[in-house]
Amino acid sequence: MTGANSFQVSGYGPERAGWTRIFARDSLARRLDWPILLSGLALSLIGSLLVYSATRNRTEINQGDPYYFLVRHLMNTGIGFALMIGTVWLGHRTLRNVVPILYGLSVFLLLLVLTPLGSTVNGAHSWIVLGGGFSLQPSEFVKITIILGMAMLLATRVDAGDREYPDHRTVLQALGLAAVPMLIVMLMPDLGSVMVMVIIVLGVLLASGASNRWVFGLIGAGAAGAISVWQLHILDEYQIARFAAFANPELDPAGVGYNTNQARIAIGSGGLTGAGLFHGSQTTGQFVPEQQTDFVFTVAGEELGFVGAGLIIVLLGVVLWRACRIARETTELYGTIVAAGIVAWFAFQAFENIGMTLGIMPVTGLPLPFVSYGGSSMFAVWVAVGLLQSIRVQRPMSA
Amino acid sequence: MTNIPETGRTPRVQIRLVVIQILVLSLLGTLGGRLWYLQIREGAAYAKEASGNHVQQVVEPAVRGSILDARGVPLADNETRLVVSASRTDLLKMKDDGKAVLSKLAGVLGMTPADVMMKVRLCDAKTPQPCWNGSPYQPIPITDEATAKQALQIRERAEDFPGITAEPEAVRRYAAPGKANTAQVLGYLSPVTDEEITKAQDTDSPYLRSDQVGRSGLERQYDKQLRGKAGVTRYEVDNLGRVIGKAEATPAESGSTLVTSVDARVQRVAEYELDNAMKIARTQFDKITGENYKADSGAVVVMEAKTGRIVAMSSAPTYDPNVWVGGISAKDYKKLTGKNSDYPLLNRAIQGQSAPGSTFKVVSTAAAVEAGYEWDGGYPCTSSYSVGGQVFKNFEGENFGPISLGRALEVSCDTVFYGLADREWKRDGGINPKKGEPKDYFYKAAHQFGLGKETGIDLPNEVTGRVPDRAWKEAYWKANKDAWCKSGKKNGSYVEKIAYENCLEGNKMREGDSINYSIGQGDTLVTPIQEAAIYGALANGGTMYQPTIGKAIVSADGRTVQEIKPKAKGRLPIDQATLKGMDSALEGVVTRGTAAWKFGGWPQDKIPLHAKTGTAEVYGKQTTSWLATYSKDYTVVMTIAQAGTGSGASGEAVRHIYNALYGVSADGKIEKKNALLPTPQKSLPKIKTDGSITAPKVAKDPAKDQRVSQEGEKAPDEGQPAGTVASPAATNRDTRRRGRRSRKRGCRRMLT
Repeated sequence: MTGANSFQVSGYGPERAGWTRIFARDSLARRLDWPILLSGLALSLIGSLLVYSATRNRTEINQGDPYYFLVRHLMNTGIGFALMIGTVWLGHRTLRNVVPILYGLSVFLLLLVLTPLGSTVNGAHSWIVLGGGFSLQPSEFVKITIILGMAMLLATRVDAGDREYPDHRTVLQALGLAAVPMLIVMLMPDLGSVMVMVIIVLGVLLASGASNRWVFGLIGAGAAGAISVWQLHILDEYQIARFAAFANPELDPAGVGYNTNQARIAIGSGGLTGAGLFHGSQTTGQFVPEQQTDFVFTVAGEELGFVGAGLIIVLLGVVLWRACRIARETTELYGTIVAAGIVAWFAFQAFENIGMTLGIMPVTGLPLPFVSYGGSSMFAVWVAVGLLQSIRVQRPMSA
Repeated sequence: MTNIPETGRTPRVQIRLVVIQILVLSLLGTLGGRLWYLQIREGAAYAKEASGNHVQQVVEPAVRGSILDARGVPLADNETRLVVSASRTDLLKMKDDGKAVLSKLAGVLGMTPADVMMKVRLCDAKTPQPCWNGSPYQPIPITDEATAKQALQIRERAEDFPGITAEPEAVRRYAAPGKANTAQVLGYLSPVTDEEITKAQDTDSPYLRSDQVGRSGLERQYDKQLRGKAGVTRYEVDNLGRVIGKAEATPAESGSTLVTSVDARVQRVAEYELDNAMKIARTQFDKITGENYKADSGAVVVMEAKTGRIVAMSSAPTYDPNVWVGGISAKDYKKLTGKNSDYPLLNRAIQGQSAPGSTFKVVSTAAAVEAGYEWDGGYPCTSSYSVGGQVFKNFEGENFGPISLGRALEVSCDTVFYGLADREWKRDGGINPKKGEPKDYFYKAAHQFGLGKETGIDLPNEVTGRVPDRAWKEAYWKANKDAWCKSGKKNGSYVEKIAYENCLEGNKMREGDSINYSIGQGDTLVTPIQEAAIYGALANGGTMYQPTIGKAIVSADGRTVQEIKPKAKGRLPIDQATLKGMDSALEGVVTRGTAAWKFGGWPQDKIPLHAKTGTAEVYGKQTTSWLATYSKDYTVVMTIAQAGTGSGASGEAVRHIYNALYGVSADGKIEKKNALLPTPQKSLPKIKTDGSITAPKVAKDPAKDQRVSQEGEKAPDEGQPAGTVASPAATNRDTRRRGRRSRKRGCRRMLT
């Protein structure tokens, strides 16, 4: 290439000091994917405003402090940001070595939820209450460990150059690895998270280069599973009702259709520029339930209008676009699979979350990445951003 | 360089990554599209829905304005009553649709369960009254006459009476001051219907669910002004209905007060005298039919001659308008509107029409002058007038020889008018009129006197009456000829013969039609109010006024007064000389003509009265009596159906009304202190800013007091309660009937 420079990799070149080092062409900071970082930060900050707007009047949950959720959301963002830096610092390859431990830990936490330590929120038994207003939702972290675990299994032999594609045995092992936590989450039952995990598994399999038979097989199995779940009445009544309300939004607007109906009214009434931040009547009047978490997008829709809500979609688009590029540009299959898994996760979760507020997807309890209030989700999302950054930063090593 | 990846990866993965990327972007694109659809395309609709979502309206109904008489005495106002209502929505939630609760409620209220059930059922095409024709979501009043004890029973055991409320509410009261019930003039209210709400939605006076709407009379005519504007407070509320936003409030505006020209005392006197005259008529024997007069309905109008303002208007049979308040019962409704009822809801002063009889001769006289006949010419008043084998008789065959038009009017000589009308009919070309317009002086005059169309009085549903001119005959024939031709027989019964004739030439103006028409018989129909307008114009020198009852609309705080000015509609088609002639002829009717036997001893020099009697023939029924009179300031017109002659049936009653107005006693002495209204009330009653009204006290029964002061003796005791349907009670006519001594029945009587 162009001489010595091509060998100068962060940490390996001559030591530089201070600002120069940070802004050096090959410095870590310069090689970070800034669009993802800035978009993620922007989304989290917009999120904090929306969460504040949605909760400042909800005295029954904000314990009398209108800033309660705002402060916590910002704190979560900060912690998440630190977790991202930590992840980048460790590097996804280092983490690869501890994947079995992380996986084991996350599955252990999941099992803990099923014990009396876990608590139920909105019909899903998926939380561990830590006290002091904090609680943990292990299913968020499981999403990461599934991605890392599957990527490790599927990529090892390919990255070693032994094989061109993962063999059936490896794929089976990877699916088994994903199935264990998915079954536990299903028992909670947290159907939304299971759906996300199915999509993650699909994305991971696609990116791994596993045979088409596996991909289509999985899609077929997913469909069959959905039908059997329906037929065998495994779902709770409230879950069926949510789907029914999705299929027919006019159904019982005061009951199961209430959420979607009010959400759509909130968003629709925003118009082009919205009612203005803190001026949405639907939001101020608390007509949309769960507005700081699952339905946070309705605040954007009502108060910021098409311009603001569209900006959120665009920023998510930037994150996903860059993540796709990272997946395509990294040389290792491991990095590709991790990035693709994260893309599948973010993309589906964002689509499902926004889609349900817009009435084109059924209602499930999934947070909007970066924006929704919720520590576990925020931490997991930022760790994922850290993984993406790490994949990008460390890319040249293998070049 | 570092940005060119050296992937050792297979194309399969690479392609799949591109697919993922495209998929992801298309998902986001879908979201964007859907967002655009909701916010931009459908945004307005959702914005509307959102505002409906979080805005709650609290409606404070406006107090309906009062209706006052000319001195400020309330004829209709509001009172607070304990209203027991049932919420249909709550009742329907119960297993038995609330039957048990309603039965229990019926027990407490002392009603039958069936009555209560009927009150809460909804009206539809198949459901007769009583039923609820308001909104099904609004509490339905079951009674507004709950006692405090009943209300307490319901409230204290609220758990036993789910969906039932007992609250004090302002309800309409028709006070009937001094027993002047004024029922048909005031009208009544009933709940607004869904249809009306929809219709009035976008007007400047939309209805509320709880509104009562005027259905007839003044309540309907001035509904918009009386109703006021309900106060609406808009609260922004959250999902639990808690108020979160600033309240936008428009305070309730009480309805305006309607000041009428009616004088409650005169009204009472008029009502009493009409009823009394009808009772007396029922004791009189009718030689023609061989039975007593039926006197089944009647009307009287007392009008200010110089303004057209109505001082009193009464229609019999009458009813108590308070039966409408709080929902009418089945029995009452049937009594008012059933087939066997005597239709007391009709205001016969403006909705009753009959042939005018000889009271029409003022029109014929004016027509004759217009047609060029000399006022002082000698017109033969023979005992009969023959045309083509048909003999038109002067009543009781009187013969006055050749007389002037004025004298013909005074003595009500039919044959003079027969002759004039016949001559005009021939001049116009007879049965087949000449080409070009027939002059039709007699018919034109009727139109110029305002007949055949509404007077425009400020009451709804006035009828037009009828002038049977050529145009009407043509239209009527077209509408009926098929039926006539079918039933008509040349040699059949009287009715069949008439039908046969009508079938052949019912569209033509026949000689007999014109002759009959000239004395107000035949197909001509007039209403009492039309007569009042005509005789009022004769009294005031020829100006026709549009009769009015409303005198002013005063805002609830008394600050703004919108006067309703008398409206002149035009002038009678008579020159001043003719008018003078007619005036003195009509005075002659009182002093020596057909009404003289009822006005003996009247102080004619101080209060000159003018009158015209009329007796209209109605096929198959007894004759309708008319008496149209006027003084300098007032016109009094009374008519009673199936009661004989004008003077015979109404003479005393009308005289008593004048007695009351001017304070004249039976012997003709004028006692100023007894006069109720010697000159028309000019000033308006004072309404203070707090809405209170300074009104004089009205005696318990001014009609009785008048009788006492006029007769100088104790009035008969048998009361005539206000607002009851008059019944043909067999009363001792000697005690009821005064001035009988001067009655010489038959000697001067003419069918006039």
